[in-house]
Amino acid sequence: MTILWVVVLGMGIVTYLPRMLPIVFLKGVHLPRFWMAFLRYVPFAALGALIFPGILSSTGDTASAVCGGAVALLLSWAKINIVLIVLGSIGAVYLWNLLL
Amino acid sequence: MSGQIMAEKNRVQGALWQGCKAGIPIAIGYLPIGMTFGLLARASGMPDQITIMMSVVIFAGASQFVGVNMLALGSTMGEVIFTTFVLNLRHLLMSASLAPRIEPGSSKGLLSAVSFGITDETFSLASTQPTPKLNPFFLLGLNLTAFAAWNAATWIGLFIAGGLPDSIKASMGIALYVMFIALLIPACRQTKAALIIAGFAMAVNSLLTFLPTLSNMATGLRIVCATVVGALLGAVLFPGEEDQV
Repeated sequence: MTILWVVVLGMGIVTYLPRMLPIVFLKGVHLPRFWMAFLRYVPFAALGALIFPGILSSTGDTASAVCGGAVALLLSWAKINIVLIVLGSIGAVYLWNLLL
Repeated sequence: MSGQIMAEKNRVQGALWQGCKAGIPIAIGYLPIGMTFGLLARASGMPDQITIMMSVVIFAGASQFVGVNMLALGSTMGEVIFTTFVLNLRHLLMSASLAPRIEPGSSKGLLSAVSFGITDETFSLASTQPTPKLNPFFLLGLNLTAFAAWNAATWIGLFIAGGLPDSIKASMGIALYVMFIALLIPACRQTKAALIIAGFAMAVNSLLTFLPTLSNMATGLRIVCATVVGALLGAVLFPGEEDQV
């Protein structure tokens, strides 16, 4: 039991340090233009890597995941509220599984 | 003077509240995952107080699942902590990417508190905000909503167990991916750089996932590699501010 507390604490520390160090110590540091551009593009690259191919196994069934992803693309293109996009796509996956 | 202080207080509260509200799609997405975590931890024989503390102290979905799994399989303390470290290296990049966008003059103490809540989801939502500078209190509110939802979901998973029917839980599994898509599409409509960089990162991640020799690479490490390669390509192709419309 005690060892489990130590593991949780250790996991907490190695999770917190990579989150905290750059934001606290890179603040106000001037990086070369190339690296500023790199950091500016991290969000787009991270989003791409997070979405695909992970989405395919998110619902336990590739076909319903593709259907949900397609609905998400359509609704996002239509620029509706993000909460509605999320709920609409969950609904699409639910219906797909229900009907097929 | 007191008028200025009042105005500053209102600005802080306003940003905090905006952040809390902006976190709602993340909260929806965390619900089924946090519940699954609570259920799975209980099923693997993890003591309830350890499961609850994991969500409070670690607050990182993938690491918590992997941690519970490795502990159940009898891995050593060092192995579990090292794997957690590798899985979370991507937050290093995300934190570095957020740093230049935060309003100047934010205190180190506030930034340390904000940084505790950096996850794939809070980072994605924060970094795709249309404003060039980010108010640290907005980030704090956003992270608070995400943290509260994650912990509430863990408790629901532990104590209300079976709760939702499987069919609904499976459908909700797509929620966070939908949110990522909803955050990426507006950026792609604005600049072709976003589309090219995201597409390239997807291709790299697919290669790393499906190539037989590489497929035993940890998911966290794959995402780090694909993100670094994608952002590097972006910096090479579109190095200047003028490319960001």
